[in-house]
Amino acid sequence: MNRKTSIIIIDPKDNVGVARERIEKGAEVTVREADSFSALDEIPAGHKIALKNIPAGSAVIKYGEIIGKAKEDILQGSWVHTHNMM
Amino acid sequence: MGNSFLGYLRPDGQVGVRNYVAVIPSVACVNGVVAKIAQLVPEIVPLYHGHGCGRSLEASLHSKVLTNLGKNPNVGAVLVVGLGCEVIKSTSIAEPIEKTGKPVVWLNVQEEGGSRRAAEKGANICRRLLSETNRCERTSFSLEKLSIGLECGGSDAFSGITANPAVGIASDYIVDEGGTVILTEDTEMIGTSHILARRAINEEVAEKTINMISEAEQLTKDLLGPLASLVIAPGNMDGGMSTIQEKSLGCIMKAGSRPIVEVVDYGTPPSRRGVVLMDGPGYDAESLPGLAAAGCQIIVFTTGRGTPLGFPICPVIKVASNSLLFELMRDDMDVNAGQVLEGKDLSEVGNEIVKFICDVASGRPTRAEINSQGGIVCLYTLHPPF
Repeated sequence: MNRKTSIIIIDPKDNVGVARERIEKGAEVTVREADSFSALDEIPAGHKIALKNIPAGSAVIKYGEIIGKAKEDILQGSWVHTHNMM
Repeated sequence: MGNSFLGYLRPDGQVGVRNYVAVIPSVACVNGVVAKIAQLVPEIVPLYHGHGCGRSLEASLHSKVLTNLGKNPNVGAVLVVGLGCEVIKSTSIAEPIEKTGKPVVWLNVQEEGGSRRAAEKGANICRRLLSETNRCERTSFSLEKLSIGLECGGSDAFSGITANPAVGIASDYIVDEGGTVILTEDTEMIGTSHILARRAINEEVAEKTINMISEAEQLTKDLLGPLASLVIAPGNMDGGMSTIQEKSLGCIMKAGSRPIVEVVDYGTPPSRRGVVLMDGPGYDAESLPGLAAAGCQIIVFTTGRGTPLGFPICPVIKVASNSLLFELMRDDMDVNAGQVLEGKDLSEVGNEIVKFICDVASGRPTRAEINSQGGIVCLYTLHPPF
């Protein structure tokens, strides 16, 4: 059983994770044992956070599939939603 | 692993998980007679619906759905109650059901001397049918005899990451054991046709998948015009869904990851086992009769906001996407996939759903059954009334 982390990653190919509950700006987000980063924004529960930098125009991947494209450069730890993807 | 369940073998080789005597009105005019029969013989299951001759443009669809509900293996015997002058005759429903080999009787109220006498005669017929079905006993079957309908309604931001993927794990298990799962609600597949088509077993199934979804998308645009974007509603966006693809991907997770073997019309039983897509509306109350008519013995229904809806002849298993809902509507929920948000593995919840399906198939009642949430049969309509 996984130790509880603040995000869920549905597919290993995903470049976004989903917040299990609201994540405060600046909070440490643990992905795996030795992999963590800070949340650059507040992330509402159920919303997406960038697991890595996503350059403008490249794919946002969730469920291992393309769900949209970045409208601007998205930095690791950023909130990912309609303001920066389409 | 070799899970099995205890079901009722029907003469056509199908296996029921319930053993109902169903009373089917051929037209809405006789719902009252059916209600009287249900009062006299409470063990029967009435399939009240609103079809009348004003819906004669739907006659072939509704006739097919009512007939196929009677053919569902959860139904051990059928009484069809007609009026006598209606578009869909009692005999046109009864005769095709009879071909499955199960006991079927029909009567027409106009020929029985009115509603009271028809109800009394109907009640006597039902008592006899019950004595026949009660002789049927449960025996053991492998999961290849199961056909599971997949439904989601009142979804929330977590449906696509907890309840639906957990059901997807259960779907993979059922399909690997040789069983069938049926995914429906075309509008909730919009934006994912290339992904579903990739899973099709051949070109023909891929083409049908793409056509079914693009027609749903076109219909949505034709009907809603500029409001078509509401397929992804403001509530979805507040919940964290950014695009229609993201929302639909969450929905199709229910069907797991195995190949898609067939695409069928609304209310039509598939001819192959495996993952099946059924053309149908994205509205729970109309979707459930389609799944039941397609022969599903059990429906697994994920929800984030919560709904009590069940179906008269099929156990409906409610899977809550979050623990708050599970606690809030405790009496209506069967499985809590919200545990995933608290750190439980998806696969654990998936296995829990498989276990629950096997238990329900062997007779354990679902919350919707305990609460008598069968309701009436909402028949899908494609044409305006006249």
